[in-house]
Amino acid sequence: MKCPECDADIAIQDDAMSGEIVSCAECGADYELAKNGSDVELKKAETVGEDWGE
Amino acid sequence: MVDISIAYDRLRLEEKMLSKKVAELGHTASMIDAKAIRTGTSSTKESLGIGDVMLERCVSYYRGMFLTAIAEFAGASVINSLKVAANCGNKLFMTLLLKKAGVPTPETYFSLSAQSARERISEAGRPLVIKPLVGSWGRGVMRINDADAIDAVIEAREITDSGYDRTYYFQELVDRPPRDIRVITVGDQAVGAMYRSSDGFRTNVAAGATPEACEITGEMRELAARASGAVGGGILGVDMMEDRERGLVVHEVNNTVEFRGLASTGQADIPQSMVEFALRSAKR
Repeated sequence: MKCPECDADIAIQDDAMSGEIVSCAECGADYELAKNGSDVELKKAETVGEDWGE
Repeated sequence: MVDISIAYDRLRLEEKMLSKKVAELGHTASMIDAKAIRTGTSSTKESLGIGDVMLERCVSYYRGMFLTAIAEFAGASVINSLKVAANCGNKLFMTLLLKKAGVPTPETYFSLSAQSARERISEAGRPLVIKPLVGSWGRGVMRINDADAIDAVIEAREITDSGYDRTYYFQELVDRPPRDIRVITVGDQAVGAMYRSSDGFRTNVAAGATPEACEITGEMRELAARASGAVGGGILGVDMMEDRERGLVVHEVNNTVEFRGLASTGQADIPQSMVEFALRSAKR
């Protein structure tokens, strides 16, 4: 897939799951993977919130 | 076959490990993206797509807690419960509960105004650690050495001016080795532990601390069980420090515990313990 930000190639593993975060190796942008059957979409990932953590 | 829902908002290694373990044990894991849920007062467990039990694993504390409230309202069995999420997410509540249960915990001070916070630092005459009431990964945890340091914190908080920022939570700086101990409890039982070593006073793995295997001692086991019971039980991360004079003190109990650091020590099958606990909590 192509990075929506910089158009670099982003490799998606076959066993990747919906909700996983993938990063572009070239520009560093983070995307959330959305899978629907064989359709794969890259959605802009949420940025870290102040209430994030454990 | 039990349907175990795993609710997430950012799928991390931990959630993938849990999902894999559920399948290995012959059950069904249904992944629920909390961000995609549209709900209301007429929602049911079925309409929300929640199975026989739900592991709440959101990285956002408030999102996870509100989802837990919705799911429990709809009749679902949730790990951890809303009560536990509320108790652990707020450090003031958590510390009071630990103290009330007689769990050894560092001396902690609360100021409900900036003026009171300044007076506390002035009176203490020694460095204290300030922590945000809500927050994780060591963010906003700072050593306050003097009046200048607390003034800087107050000024920064007055700019953001959230309700929580007007409450100041200080803890004594514990004299300890350069590490703390994270014990993971499942149903009040300690199932794994690790040292988290750091050159600084913050020992969060997210802040760069190094995880190392730690053998669970009887004292750790007993203290972790008491700390877990104090906040309501479930699946928790109990953080302890080795005070050079008093022995172990519990400084935090974490809801929605992260365990990749502990898993990397190869010491315990944490996902197995968690899934087995979820199976025991399932409501069919």
